[in-house]
Amino acid sequence: MKKFNVVGKIERKVDGFSLVKGKPVYTEDLIKDNPLIVKILRSPHAHAIIKKIEKEEALKIPGVEIILTHEELPRIPFTKAGQGFPEPSPYDSYILDKKVRYVGDAVAIIAAIDEKTALLAMKKIKVEYEILESILSIEDAMTKKVLIHDEEESSGIWDKNKNIAAHYDMEIGDVEKVLSESEVVVSSTYRAAAQHHTTMEPHISYSYFDQNNRLVIITSTQVPFHLRRVMSRLYNIPIGNIRVIKPRIGGGFGGKQAYHTEQYVTAVTLKTGKSAKLMLTRDEVSRCTNTRHEFIIKVTAGADKNGKLKAIKMEANSNTGAYGEGALTVFMVCGSKTLPLYNKVEAVSFGGNAYYTNMTSAGAYRGYGAAQGIFALDSTLDEMAYKLKMDPLKFKNMNTIKEGETSDVFRIMGEGKEGVDQIMKSCKLDECVEKGKKLFNWDEKFKNKYVDGDKVRGVGCALVMQGSGIPGVDLGAATIKMNEDGSFNLLIGATDLGTGSDTALAQIAAEELGVSLKKIIVYSSDTDFTPFDKGAYASSTTYVSGNAVIDAAKRVKKQILENAATFMEEVPENLLLENEFVIDKERKNKLSLSELCTKLFYNSNQKQIAATGSFVGDEGPVPYVAGFAEVEVNLKTGKIKLLDYVAYADCGKVINPKGALGQLEGGLMQGIGYAMYEDIIYDKRGKMLTSDFFNYKIPSREDYGTLRCGFVESYEPTGPFGAKSIGEVSLNSPTPAICNAIFNATGVRLRSNPFTAERLFFKLKGGESNNEN
Amino acid sequence: MKTILNINGKDYTAEFSEGEKLDKILRRLGFLSVKHSCNSMDCGTCTVLIDGKPVLSCGTFAASATGKKIETVESLSKNEKLHPLQEALLEENGAQCGFCIPGFELTAKALLEKIPHPNEEEIRSYMKGNLCRCTGYERQHQAIMKASKKTGE
Ligand code: FES
Ligand code: FES
Repeated sequence: MKKFNVVGKIERKVDGFSLVKGKPVYTEDLIKDNPLIVKILRSPHAHAIIKKIEKEEALKIPGVEIILTHEELPRIPFTKAGQGFPEPSPYDSYILDKKVRYVGDAVAIIAAIDEKTALLAMKKIKVEYEILESILSIEDAMTKKVLIHDEEESSGIWDKNKNIAAHYDMEIGDVEKVLSESEVVVSSTYRAAAQHHTTMEPHISYSYFDQNNRLVIITSTQVPFHLRRVMSRLYNIPIGNIRVIKPRIGGGFGGKQAYHTEQYVTAVTLKTGKSAKLMLTRDEVSRCTNTRHEFIIKVTAGADKNGKLKAIKMEANSNTGAYGEGALTVFMVCGSKTLPLYNKVEAVSFGGNAYYTNMTSAGAYRGYGAAQGIFALDSTLDEMAYKLKMDPLKFKNMNTIKEGETSDVFRIMGEGKEGVDQIMKSCKLDECVEKGKKLFNWDEKFKNKYVDGDKVRGVGCALVMQGSGIPGVDLGAATIKMNEDGSFNLLIGATDLGTGSDTALAQIAAEELGVSLKKIIVYSSDTDFTPFDKGAYASSTTYVSGNAVIDAAKRVKKQILENAATFMEEVPENLLLENEFVIDKERKNKLSLSELCTKLFYNSNQKQIAATGSFVGDEGPVPYVAGFAEVEVNLKTGKIKLLDYVAYADCGKVINPKGALGQLEGGLMQGIGYAMYEDIIYDKRGKMLTSDFFNYKIPSREDYGTLRCGFVESYEPTGPFGAKSIGEVSLNSPTPAICNAIFNATGVRLRSNPFTAERLFFKLKGGESNNEN
Repeated sequence: MKTILNINGKDYTAEFSEGEKLDKILRRLGFLSVKHSCNSMDCGTCTVLIDGKPVLSCGTFAASATGKKIETVESLSKNEKLHPLQEALLEENGAQCGFCIPGFELTAKALLEKIPHPNEEEIRSYMKGNLCRCTGYERQHQAIMKASKKTGE
């Protein structure tokens, strides 16, 4: 393998210094004036028509600047999902509408000189509602004769008359036939829950007109360029008159891949000419942005008695809530980024619907359907292994995809459309399994169950995958320009959410240019100054934007060598770029980059060395994780303790070891939260009860035992220096692995997450089993 | 209303409205390292030190901080020189998005003052109120261990 100088080395985050010093780098810190404070009046009803809004009293309050309702705003259907154009999500949303579709839906935009005044005004607005019957579960959506999106203007909805936002189905081979011929068949239904992102920084945006009367939006977003395009359309402003800046942001995880604040501040700035700020409260972040899609998934699998998997049938239905952000794409990923793992089957099918309900709208969330799908698929295969009396790890691994193989699913299922054929050019899942198994001591622990009075321990494993970017759809671009001290500005549209992508991309540039990381100055996510990038989602930044950086760096390198050749009286082919020098192959003659650039700026052959590169994937290489969980269960109380979690990942070449480790550990912890603690609960009228950190419990430092992770490096030939992705795949394994471990300990299978003590207690007592199959 | 607050060793006159909490006041005075996330005393993001002890500023009234020593992250390091905790966080990649970091650093500083060489369990227990959604905690615990070696000597 190639020797690297910067890639694969532990490097400090390029933005780390300001982060650890608590510097003012987030949206709220950057506000220098006294903007209008924006608050949103929200619906107390799950489903209602707005009959009348009286705002005169509120407007009389001194300090209230403006109150906007659906009557004053353009009614243009759009999707809040931050996706490429045209978005595969239905256009079923409006800046403000005359109908509200969940508790928390926006009714009016209030702007005032301060928060207190805005809140006072909010109380004085009188809204008359005609309350409609509401739909508060997937089951309701299937049966009730209530229509959530019966409005004519909305488009892209699969079937408005059945509350179906999106539908998909596919079959390869004859699934029923192969199932009927299979010696062992297992069929189980799982319910994968919704989940809050809980970014520590609430959603916030701030808008103003700059000195040239252009609209500037500084915002905590994952998708600055998509946002610019959508604001342009909603408010009929030329794209060139909008500048979107993403400063440092306090976490994303998919939660900021949609527009939850920007359209409101923009409305206020456009109508008043004044700057405007909207920061959501924690309650609003929970209730009024997006959650993970809840899924009900029935998996039927057939195998022969030697454990060869022959057919998988996945019947899924999801809850997309009041609006369809990612309804189709998340739904498809539930199958497209799980089923290829088991590529040796003779027949496979996947299908079902994404249903509207009068609940908080679901949207993008790290794992994006795959986390839900693999919970059902892996756990069902675990059930199958027990039925076959086989070690589940062995059973699963002998049926998984290997390097050099493919799956028809890749070709048939993409995101919102057909997929692309791809062969696994890099796959070290086998080695992840081997390494994890050893560190975890799987063989020993699986054979010998630890029992101590009421306490029993159990172990479970799960094998998971994801993708790297959306092939054929999402573009990344990068610009590199050279300075006379031999440093380079790297301008990238890519969006670092705290993931460390600015650092990884700078490492990639440094490697290609033969300089140290210090010589790369990163500036990212400013639509005025950085080239286009799809944004941070679908585990795409390292792979897609990273390849764009390589493209730009290669072009710059070529210019450097060509120009150096003139000064050095050499041919470019005989020159190398190494340690900040251009050097000839015989190593006799050298020219420093700073000398070269200084000459080019001031003395002869004058020019600026700079280039832009771009990249769109032909494929989305697959990263893998093998996860292992050990739990201790108290059979009397149902209390579940996670004692140990081991995970090995194949994400291709690791660009920044501690950065990737942080991604892996962080994703695992969100997965552990999803498996064990995080539960979104609504009351009977559709009001979310779990909208704060007290009622919605994310893992704290005391809520897990040991967490041990590592990488098995593979080399992905299409990736930047061999890299794939790590962002999402990290989250997927804990839910099935812990589900399987609980079964191993107790003989009881919890098919709904989170796996709480209550759920296990009742199941151990024999209750609740009927409605969970 | 008005009061004098001693922040990072200097007295400031703070104007505030009734019921306003310390996090907002500190930010208005320019201490922008003070972050807020839940405003319900559930996450630790807004932690500052008052007389050396970690306190949730989103639940603290100005009056109860008057006459005491308030510390924010701005006091931890001067110019280019980083506090050992900050250095260790950088080395271990303990700050991803960084939003939880000011609260984390102050709680960790108080921990190291109380227990100069904490073990894993002591770290988890003392730091449990500081939620982080990015890191999975491990890098941050490594950072505390590392810093404890440097500061404890
Ligand atoms: S903001 Fe104070 S504890 Fe969360
Ligand atoms: S680093 Fe993002 S919340 Fe801790």
